[in-house]
This record gives sequence, C-alpha cells and structure tokens, in this order.
Amino acid sequence: MTMKTRPQRRTQKSLRSLLLGLLFISPWIFGFCVFLVYPVVSNFHLGMTDYSGFGQPQWIGWGNYQELLRDPLFWTSLYNTFYYVVLAVPLGVAVAIVLALAMSQKVREVSVYRAFLYIPSIAPVFALSMMLIWILNPRFGLFNYILGLFHIPAINWLGDTRFSKLAIVLVAQFGAGQIALIFLAGLRAIPSSLYDAASLDGAGPWRKFWHVTLPLLTPTILYDIIIGIGLGLQVFVPAYIMTDGGPLNSTMFTALYIYKNAFEYGRVGFAAAVSGLLFLINATFAIIVFWSSRYWVNYHLE
Amino acid sequence: MNGSNLTAYNQSASRREISRQIGSRVLLIAMSLFYISPIYWMLVTALKSDHELSQFPPTLWPQDSVWKNFEQATKTFPFLSFLGNTVFYAAFVMAGSVLSNFLIAYGFSRIKWAGRDLLFYPVVASIFIFIQFPVNPITMVPMFSLFAKLGMVNSYLPLVVPTFFGNPFFIFLLRQFMLQIPADISEAARIDGANEFQIMYCLILPLARPALIVVALFAGVGAWNDFLGPLIYLHNDKLYTLSLGLTYFKTMHGIQFNLLMAASCLVVFPVIVVFLFFQRFFIEGVTLGGGK
Repeated sequence: MTMKTRPQRRTQKSLRSLLLGLLFISPWIFGFCVFLVYPVVSNFHLGMTDYSGFGQPQWIGWGNYQELLRDPLFWTSLYNTFYYVVLAVPLGVAVAIVLALAMSQKVREVSVYRAFLYIPSIAPVFALSMMLIWILNPRFGLFNYILGLFHIPAINWLGDTRFSKLAIVLVAQFGAGQIALIFLAGLRAIPSSLYDAASLDGAGPWRKFWHVTLPLLTPTILYDIIIGIGLGLQVFVPAYIMTDGGPLNSTMFTALYIYKNAFEYGRVGFAAAVSGLLFLINATFAIIVFWSSRYWVNYHLE
Repeated sequence: MNGSNLTAYNQSASRREISRQIGSRVLLIAMSLFYISPIYWMLVTALKSDHELSQFPPTLWPQDSVWKNFEQATKTFPFLSFLGNTVFYAAFVMAGSVLSNFLIAYGFSRIKWAGRDLLFYPVVASIFIFIQFPVNPITMVPMFSLFAKLGMVNSYLPLVVPTFFGNPFFIFLLRQFMLQIPADISEAARIDGANEFQIMYCLILPLARPALIVVALFAGVGAWNDFLGPLIYLHNDKLYTLSLGLTYFKTMHGIQFNLLMAASCLVVFPVIVVFLFFQRFFIEGVTLGGGK
C-alpha cells in the first residue's frame, strides 16, 4: 500500500505546484498572448490587406509588400534607421562606459555627480527634445554659441540633412545614465586583485582598461547592444518632436514612417506590413548579436 | 628606513592622492555640468523675457527673472486638467504594475514547478524586442485596430489595462530580487501549514517591498514620461496628458520658447523631485534589472 501511494502523492504534489505556478503567472500568459504574440502575428495578417482603419479590411495578398519595395520613402526610412543604429549603439556603449568610470571615481561627493549624470536619463524624452530644439537653434542656440567660442561656424543642426540624424544621435546620449549605472555595478564586481596582478606585470592604466576592465564588462556590453538595437530600430519621439521626419525626410525613421502611414494617411494595412518587417529585422539582429556573444563575451566572473 | 624618510614618503603619497582627486573632480564637474545643461537651460530660458530670448550671444543667467512666464504657460493650455489626467494615468499604471508583476514574478521564483525556467525564456526575449511596453512601434498598429474594434480608443483603457498583465522588464527585476530570498523561509511556513497565499502575503510581500517600490517608481515615471501612448490613443483634449500639452506651444507661427520651457520645467521637475527623494531605489533598481 505505502509503496504505491508515495510516488502517487509526489506526482500529485508536483501537479499541484504546477497548477499553482501557472495560476500565478496566468496574467503574464494572457498579456504575452494578447499584447505581444497577437500584434506580431496580426502585423503579417493585416499587412496582407488594404485597410484604412474604417470598414472591412480587403485581402490583397502581397500587394502592400510589392508597394513598399517600390516606395523610395520606405528605403529612405530604413537607411535612416540603420544610420541611427550604427552610430547610436557603439557611441552609446562608449558614453555609458565613460560615465560609469566617472561614477566610480573615489571622491567623497561622488554620489552628487552620479545624480547629475543620471537625472537626464529619467527626464521625459519629449521635454528634452523640445529643449534641444532651442539649444540647437541656428541663430539663438546655446550650442552654436559655444562652438563659436572655438571658432566653429554655426551649423543648422536640425535643418541640414547632413546633421539632422547626427543631432538626434547626440540627443540620445543624454539618456546614457541609466545604462551607465549597470556598467558601474559591473565595474564594482571586478576584484581589485586582478588590477594588482596587472600592476605587478607592469600594466599602465590604459592597458589595465583594455585587458582587465573591458573584457570583464562584456556581459553588460552585450545587454547594452541588444537593448540599444531595439531602442534604435524603434526610435520615434525625438524625431517626431524635433523634426517631424524632416528636413527632406532625413530623419524619417521607420517607426515614424509606420506612425504616419497608420495614423495620418489611413494606410493601416500598409503600416502593418512595415511593422512586421521591422519586427523581423529587430529579431534577426537580436539573435545574431546574441549568437555572436559566445565569441566575445567573457563570463568568467560569475 | 628611518622615521623622517617615512613621513616624507607618506607626504608625497598623500600629495599624489590629492592631485589625483583634484583631477577627478575637475573631470566630474565638467561632465556633470554638461549633462545637467539642458535642464539648467530649460529653467533659464523659462525665466527670460521675449526680448532677452532673442539676444545673441545668449545670456547665461536671466537679467530679470520673469516668473510670470510660468503663469502665462499654465494659461496657454489647461494645465491643471492635464496634470490631473497625468497623475491619474501614472497612479493606475503604478497599481497595475505592482500588483501584476509581483504575482507573476512570485510564480517564476517562489514556487517550483515543471517548465518554470523554460517559460521564463519568452519573458527575457520580450524584454529585448519590446523595450517600450506596452505601446511601441512594432505592435501599435494591430493593437490600435483591436482597441478600436472594442470601442476603447479615446480612453485610458488601452494604456492602463495592459499594465495589469505584466511587464517583462519588471517581472525580470522582481524575480531576480525574490530569488535572493532563501527558499527555506517558504518551506518552513509550508510545513507549519500555511498556504501559498498566506506565504506570499505575510512573508514574501514585506521582504520584497524595496523591489516593489522600485517597480512603482519606474512604472510611475514611465507613465508620466509617456508620449507615444497618449499620442495614439487620446484624441480629446479633456483626456490629454502633460506630454501632449507641450505640443500646444508649437503653433503655426513658431514656438514661444520661454513659455514652452516654463511648461517643460513644470513637467520635468516633479520627476527630479521624485528621483531625489527615492534616489537609492532608482539606483539599486537599475542595477537589479540589468543584472544578467
């Protein structure tokens, strides 16, 4: 008798905890299906229709895709978005590491500086973007005034197709404080014995940084790159507020292109097709970077 | 080594230390000034008269501070009504986020069940692609169509309801935190005959409080700072948030920057005050969420 009931009781117990666990996470299962899986799948379904947002979607098969491949503005938006990602992601990693190194300096009032470096990253992006329209103003702006002190001629940052994307990349760097704190935690996790050993081997600060600090920060760099790619491919608010895609579509990023098609031009089906492509691009990049990490990320410090 | 040599050595070491600290400080102050400059310039611009605004080179400090700009700014758009909407929005998002993510993270960390860690993979994967949750450019078109069919557009429901069903980043953060609480605590209570809900409510909830405060703060600031969500779903100026209110200053005739900056200050400063009050939670929260 007892021989039989014990394993039975065990399976009963594990079944009970399975149901209990599923009960607790059930809101997430619902949210994941409705707010993530559904829209991703629906993008491809809706992307096969002609739909203005009113009435019934008309099935048109690959029509939207054929149209967007021929649409030069689609390619412009992709080019702009890649331009942004290629520039903003590496720069973002570098800036965040520099901020983290600054935050880790051994001075008594370091927490004050840390707060200053962090605050812009929680300030609303829409307000910062409004602010930067004024700072970057070609005639009255603070930034050109400061450049002028160094005899650099005035630049129409947001009005010149050569600089508009660059300006938005630079604006994004004010948000680096958030990720810098993660790098700071990474810096603190590096045992000082490693630096002592490097000193004994005659390494200067620069070599210590390249051969000790940087390799041990690679897990955080991986995290930052994947997050950065996602944020970069979906960049919207600064461009919407500062340039509305202009001048001459030089800041028409894919997210803005989706928004305008869906909510301004009433081309919902077309916008869904673009969203579906953006998802595929984002997922592909994330997978490639994640897969590549086995070759360059150092997990020794766990 | 005799005594006087040793003091000389110590003195030169401490001198080197002092000069190192001065070097660090100069660099830190320069970087801090640069990073805070947009917010400083926001305040300075807000206090300038129209005349002073059009001066070049710009004055780095307002000649006579025009505090009236703030009054004027709050009259340009229905400030109090938008403030009320924003607070309402943030409060609901905070409640939804704390409640749902606590339960979900509890299921992912405090109960052992078959397939738990396998099911956690999609949570992590969705952090990386749906960083802006719930409204982001990839999902906004179908979600808008769905909410439109349900007749929920032009209300806060599409913005608030999803926050009651978990946010992958918060689930991750809370799970990390709750995994650090020893499993023995729950085990001992189970042996004493407590059921899972009692354990959750009486034992784990108080212990997880710091992490829940982090979630509440991030969720609240996230709603306060949200622009894309209100832009898409709110089409009636009775419902607008402060983020949409700032667009009132962009008119056909250009932008009145001193008033816009005054309004921006009113939006940004509450966030800074909240940060200064809860600094420790913000800083530890970021670290917790970013830990691999």
